[in-house]
Amino acid sequence: MIPEALLEVRNLRVYFPVGACMLKRNKQAVRAVDDVSFAIAAGETLGLVGESGCGKTTLGRATLRLIEPTSGRILFSGEDITYLKSAKLRSLRRNFQIIFQDPYGSLDPRMTVADIIGEALDIHGLAPGRLARRQRVEQLLKDVGLDRSHAERYAHEFSGGQRQRIGIARALAVEPALIVCDEAVSALDVSVQAQIVNLLKDLQNRHGLAYLFIAHDLAIVEHISHRIMVMYLGKMVELGQARTICHEPKHPYTKALVSAVPTLDPSAKRERIVLSGEVPSPIHPPTGCPFHPRCPIAEARCKTEPPALRETTAGHWISCHLA
Amino acid sequence: MPLLEIKDLQLEFENEGRSLRALDGVSLSLDAGETLCLVGESGSGKSVTALSIARLLPNPPAQYRGGQILIDGRDVLKMSARELRSIRGGLVSYIFQEPGTALNPVHRVDRQIKEMLALHRPEAANNVEVIRLLKIVGIPAPESRLRAYPHELSGGMQQRIMIAMALASKPRILVADEPTTALDVTIQAQILELLRELKRQFGMAILLITHNLGIVADLADRAAVMYAGQIVESGPADRLLRNPLHPYTKALIAAIPDLASKAARLKPIPGIVPQLGAWPPGCRFQPRCSQAQPECARQAVELLQVRPKCWVRCPYFDTPTSVSVQV
Repeated sequence: MIPEALLEVRNLRVYFPVGACMLKRNKQAVRAVDDVSFAIAAGETLGLVGESGCGKTTLGRATLRLIEPTSGRILFSGEDITYLKSAKLRSLRRNFQIIFQDPYGSLDPRMTVADIIGEALDIHGLAPGRLARRQRVEQLLKDVGLDRSHAERYAHEFSGGQRQRIGIARALAVEPALIVCDEAVSALDVSVQAQIVNLLKDLQNRHGLAYLFIAHDLAIVEHISHRIMVMYLGKMVELGQARTICHEPKHPYTKALVSAVPTLDPSAKRERIVLSGEVPSPIHPPTGCPFHPRCPIAEARCKTEPPALRETTAGHWISCHLA
Repeated sequence: MPLLEIKDLQLEFENEGRSLRALDGVSLSLDAGETLCLVGESGSGKSVTALSIARLLPNPPAQYRGGQILIDGRDVLKMSARELRSIRGGLVSYIFQEPGTALNPVHRVDRQIKEMLALHRPEAANNVEVIRLLKIVGIPAPESRLRAYPHELSGGMQQRIMIAMALASKPRILVADEPTTALDVTIQAQILELLRELKRQFGMAILLITHNLGIVADLADRAAVMYAGQIVESGPADRLLRNPLHPYTKALIAAIPDLASKAARLKPIPGIVPQLGAWPPGCRFQPRCSQAQPECARQAVELLQVRPKCWVRCPYFDTPTSVSVQV
């Protein structure tokens, strides 16, 4: 889609077998990610929103080959990494890192901060020698707004926001070009969320980082993203500029999602679209358009014909017969 | 007389001889048919305030050190175990954040709701009433859900079952502790719509606990903001969101991205939420406050009534520079 894309994902599918009975021929599968294509340019933030179970975390992890894709291709700076073997993959992993949701579970409680951050440096041989390693760790701590005296402490001595800063420093240690932020601010107190969001933006400006920013909070995603991709039941339903997605959404699911976000401004009390029903099981996705059982404007053909992804205006992709 | 009135509530948790103060002089009131939102970050004391209303906190470790909780003029803190049983789930019903853990996994839906009915309205403990309740909370084909176990239902459905159980006793006060935090945003919209409808239909008073200011704007008549075990501001929800007076309320509103706002950069509140037992001296918010004066750290600040129905715990609330928030 974008010629100079840093990361390009083509027709990615990730299926998980369920009820895996050896004797059964007809294995069922959860279609966690079903035929998703997108690209991220260097220095860009692509927001990824959707409800729980829509496949956004799986997509984020499969993009980094932390989960093996079932089919499709992943190109990093033009190089196909979909089937790279471990040694080659490891050296390439320097270029893409991940920050996790839970700042309590994602840091080893038995390691000091210096070792948590330094481990990545050691693996890639980036700061040989104790002095160089130490200096680099201190530099990284400074980058994320922590003090050098924090280096010898353990994770439990820090608050949630500070731990998330440590997780960010660890990701930055290898000078990546892309960071997947998987609900990176969701577990934080609201007053601290803004600190981390601003830090991520500053780091992007300083280092030219690209982010795949996964979250369920549309307001935060709009704030940080250049473009936003909306997923429903493993499929991409809409992709476009952040402002367009949040203020002039075209897909009926995106419209409902945006209208469901409670907002502070009373004058912006829009017509709220309350969707009936719930997200169907990804084991038995509905025929045709996956959204049709809940869609307020569904027609007969939506039940049988899966809609193709179309580019309606430049850079705005929608998967809907009627939008 | 308000339906519920909490006056100067003091709560401590005792642990290995150490007392940690969790609530320090919390006062609020709730009228019949009114929705009050209690807003605050984790650890501010909003959940323990809510649990105190029916005295649901185990003792020990919870120790009430002072204050009153008056429901219809009767003090909950002085009630006998027998009186408390009629309050709990009767006059005051609760719904919690995680419907999946609040429901009993080994009992079917009908039995769980009938259990509530048997306790509070034994004459109505039958399938007809259960189906009526399930219809009220918007469960499609309720007859077919009677024999379902909680795990067979989605999160949104489970929360509807919880609400049906809470309604079984015809409560006058519904306490909803982050009822939609664990739910997806489209399901959250459904549940908020349901709460609005129930309030209209039955005239219940709702105490809604949330950290989401958007929900406050959506649902609340009045709002109270908590910080470090105290209420720092309370007043009509519109006024509080549109024209906040306390520096913490202002900073909180500025820190949250909103779809309707066009700010290029969020304004975070520096520092972190103080932990239980490590509250700063004087004004609790003073170390993070952009307008703090030297005397803020020296002297505890009282909650002052500054206008009719508007209470603020900050003597400098009307300082003109108050709009700017430190970045």
